[in-house]
Amino acid sequence: MIPAPFEYARPTSLDGALTLLAEHGDDAKLIAGGHSLLPLMKLRLATPGVLVDISRLDDLSYVRERGDEVHIGGLTRHHDVEHSPVLREHCGLLAHVAGVVGDPQVRHRGTLGGSLAHGDPASDLPAAVLALGGSMVLRGPEGDRVVDAGDFFAGFLETALRPDEVLVEVRVPKTGSAGWSYQKFVKRAQDWAIVGVAAVRGPEATGVALVNMGSTPVRASTVEAAIASGAGPTEAASHADDGTDPGADINASADYRRHLARVLTRRALEEVGVSGTAPGH
Amino acid sequence: MTEPVQVTIDVNGTRHQHEVEPRLLLVHYLRDTVGLTGTNVGCDTSSCGACTVHLEGESVKSCTVLAVMADGCEVTTIEGLAPSVDEMHPMQQAFQQEHGLQCGFCTPGMVMAATSLLRENPTPTEAEVREGLEGNLCRCTGYHNIVAAVLAAARAGEA
Repeated sequence: MIPAPFEYARPTSLDGALTLLAEHGDDAKLIAGGHSLLPLMKLRLATPGVLVDISRLDDLSYVRERGDEVHIGGLTRHHDVEHSPVLREHCGLLAHVAGVVGDPQVRHRGTLGGSLAHGDPASDLPAAVLALGGSMVLRGPEGDRVVDAGDFFAGFLETALRPDEVLVEVRVPKTGSAGWSYQKFVKRAQDWAIVGVAAVRGPEATGVALVNMGSTPVRASTVEAAIASGAGPTEAASHADDGTDPGADINASADYRRHLARVLTRRALEEVGVSGTAPGH
Repeated sequence: MTEPVQVTIDVNGTRHQHEVEPRLLLVHYLRDTVGLTGTNVGCDTSSCGACTVHLEGESVKSCTVLAVMADGCEVTTIEGLAPSVDEMHPMQQAFQQEHGLQCGFCTPGMVMAATSLLRENPTPTEAEVREGLEGNLCRCTGYHNIVAAVLAAARAGEA
């Protein structure tokens, strides 16, 4: 499979990339690792006129501690997120989830910013950042704006990122020793999740987000509210599919996905140590 | 037709300069432009790993990398692994010794993934080898002897 023809540009600075985006608008597409975009281009589902290769902008590959947060450059590869000592210590969920994306070859190329900007509801990292209550820094012609993960995923493969912006940084809170869990249900090792659940038990609240349960990665807010009011894992997880709209495909019917969401959420909540305090739970 | 792009790519220690179409995939560049056909095209969807090569020393699926993105980089293919024509790479020896192949189609990609794996983790457990090869599919062997070969190569590297 061969992509449709395009012009190729490899700017040597972020400003250069922003200039090209401003110049070409919708016709331009950023490429970093290319492991989401190139498969779409090979299927001709994406046919950008200009491909702007930012994969060598090494300034955007980093993991830094900043107060209560960890800041990760948009071009940090999954492999580097997975093995980052800072993330392993301060945000174990994100390091772990980066290590279950695709396979080693994919993780050598794919980037955190690329995965989030692609906004695929079936991919692992968006749900992890959503459960963590992270945020994205988007740089455009007018400067930076910070968008919460909860406001970032807008629709199927659609995000708050504008055509003239670059996702330059991802910010996640330090979760320290808080419990976390990622439940990924697959038929084969390297597959996309049929359903996945990311959960993290913060000091104040427990965050839960679902993979492949609708057109965007979704936060399981009913589950989170149930935990906040003292429900145990079984009771809280029974709400996991509330308000979701899972699709049906060769791997699973919508009803089966709903079932998986409830079961996997219960497992995740048990793993993060939710025990429930309200009587009767 | 779009503007061809000049690329310089070091393939197995030899510098190659070509004008390529931006949409040319690295695997087609290696096979059709450079003429090294050891790297196979399997699924063409970055699932099977048959096209695995090393880019800057790390395993990648060359069906999902553009040749222009490898400009200025070092690529190693299965042809570049052995130290000489008379001598196999220890991983190749181990695959032969342990009979880590049947039809052989997945083998170049398997060997490239396995050498990248040992570079990152020189003394893997059996489970780590199985997980480390999750990006490579073999429809003949059931993986058993492939895993045995990688573990044997790791032991040989230690000795």
